[in-house]
Amino acid sequence: MRDPIGTPMLETINVARHFDVSRPLVQRVLAREGRRSLKAVDGISFAIEKGTTLSLVGESGCGKSTVARLVVGLYGPTFGSVIFDGQDLSQARADSSQRRRMQMIFQDPYASLNPRWRVRDIIAEPIRAFGLMKDKAEIGAKVAELLTQVGLSPLDGQKFPHEFSGGQRQRISIARALSSNPEFLVCDEPTSALDVSVQAQILNLMKDLQQRLGLTYLFISHNLAVVRQVSDRVGVMYLGRLVELAPAETLFTTARHPYTRALMEAIPDLEMTGRQRIPVGGEVPSPINPPSGCPFHPRCPLADARCKAERPEMIPARGTPETMVACHAVEEGRDRVGEPLVAAGG
Amino acid sequence: MTAPLLEVRNLRVEFPTRRGTLVALNDVSFSIAQGEVLGVVGESGAGKSMTGAAIIGLLEPPGRIAGGEILLNGRRIDNLPYSELRKLRGREIGAIFQDPLTTLNPLYTVGAQLIETMVTHLPLNPAQARAKAIEWLELVGIPAASQRIDSYPHEFSGGMRQRVVIALALCAEPKLIVADEPTTALDVSIQAQVIALLKSLAREKGTSMMLVTHDMGVIAETADRVAVMYAGRIVEIGAVRNVVRHASHPYSAGLMGSIPPVGRRLDRMQQIDGSMPRLSAIPPGCAYNPRCPKVFDRCRVERPELMPAGDSLAACWLYAEGAPRHA
Repeated sequence: MRDPIGTPMLETINVARHFDVSRPLVQRVLAREGRRSLKAVDGISFAIEKGTTLSLVGESGCGKSTVARLVVGLYGPTFGSVIFDGQDLSQARADSSQRRRMQMIFQDPYASLNPRWRVRDIIAEPIRAFGLMKDKAEIGAKVAELLTQVGLSPLDGQKFPHEFSGGQRQRISIARALSSNPEFLVCDEPTSALDVSVQAQILNLMKDLQQRLGLTYLFISHNLAVVRQVSDRVGVMYLGRLVELAPAETLFTTARHPYTRALMEAIPDLEMTGRQRIPVGGEVPSPINPPSGCPFHPRCPLADARCKAERPEMIPARGTPETMVACHAVEEGRDRVGEPLVAAGG
Repeated sequence: MTAPLLEVRNLRVEFPTRRGTLVALNDVSFSIAQGEVLGVVGESGAGKSMTGAAIIGLLEPPGRIAGGEILLNGRRIDNLPYSELRKLRGREIGAIFQDPLTTLNPLYTVGAQLIETMVTHLPLNPAQARAKAIEWLELVGIPAASQRIDSYPHEFSGGMRQRVVIALALCAEPKLIVADEPTTALDVSIQAQVIALLKSLAREKGTSMMLVTHDMGVIAETADRVAVMYAGRIVEIGAVRNVVRHASHPYSAGLMGSIPPVGRRLDRMQQIDGSMPRLSAIPPGCAYNPRCPKVFDRCRVERPELMPAGDSLAACWLYAEGAPRHA
């Protein structure tokens, strides 16, 4: 089902990415087993309105980073499509004037900057690669402007990445991403390698830039507290599928899917000093061999026979129709809203 | 309160380098009582893991203890010979590290590792130790423990592996556990399970714990007292409620303020400008002075020691006599 919103900057329609994880042919023949595929992303649909932020949250292995890579075209979809500003992504990628409109910020600012390049060359690379400017002085002025924009000094351009702290390096990554004047940024865990005080600096910077430049963000994170600070809408992923997609305030005040509720329950928070928490039982199953029906059913306190057999689709939730949720219990009204869920299993 | 189980006095750790000696820990003093959980927080490079490593005797060369003393039950342990230290580790001090994969030996089954630890430290024969190992695995919540005991570490998931590591740290019934970022490598839902487990086991066995983490949420829920470190020194130490809710030191206040709350959305998050100084360039006076919003003249020249500040101790001149009154 398509995600109904205003003018989307980016839309994915039932997009999926499967990876072949079969053993080598000889071993497969000897063991008489077939091919195996890992369904990292298995049919998800969402849309991001221009000038807003959509966040995807989930635990490791849920496929959120694969979505980030699908959306910028680093992976091609196994099926489904990605539409960038009204145009299919495969066509948009072929056209450099379209390609420069999207950029990515990576998690690890230690690995994503070339240690042998000076910062000014790192930042100018997209300008050169897209042929946006030819004149050296012009490029120099643009780099200086970008460095100022992210809170560094134009003189920092002469230095090498190792001379900077983690937070400053992430600022350099942002400056590089901004150098081709993009409209859409994919941020894959941009602050999870940083300390909290520095994390706040980077998130504030990203918010300022969004306001000033009208950027659209796809924000990938496992940290719900961070997601709450930056998002307009939030999608929760579990085992390669979206289980809930809602406006941020709705999601954080009235989470509907049992998995989302469990996640909220699990966050240690300063305001809960000494509180006894009910941890979610069990662990995320392997995406190579996902459970039948609803992938969350083995850990879900609300699971019944239907959940084990039939995979739920994303539909508007009872009571909060702005929320899309894939859960039979919510659909049938047996989700005990407002009560704490006691976890199943150990 | 009885005599503390662990006492660290004026600990100083140095790293000799070609460009001069770096002081990684400078004059760190604290104590942990029997059964108490002390949280140690701070940003990366503040010296929290270093403090843990110094206590366990696992400082990586060329780092060395250059001053001060560490006492466990009144006995000095920082100057013990290697063989004595080996007996101490595991038996009296257990350690839990961030990454369970590097803590466990991939070539031995988890059972073999548990049994070896117990046979070394406790008066048990291998058969008794095996029965005890199964008990421990059950206690930390490994399903089908009597079969899983013969599995290798790679056959467990991350959360299960960390449970094995906890069993390994606790199985010789040490009096003190040094847990260095025990949940950082885990997902939120698993993190909650592991913290709950660690907390209940420590309480049950009366074990003291030094919990090193950068996650204030974990500290708020687990620790009794908390020490905040900055640039190799403790800047504030006090009961967890006081430090989290009414931090005295401007750095602790900034650190608490910059944690994004999950309960509400802020227009703008509170941030601390700049970054922590490198060990080679620690400013004179209070190390935090270039970033401090409440800095005054004295902070730039004279280094503050821990002094009473409200119900906590803080190393900040704001709490000395004659300090300017800041709001």
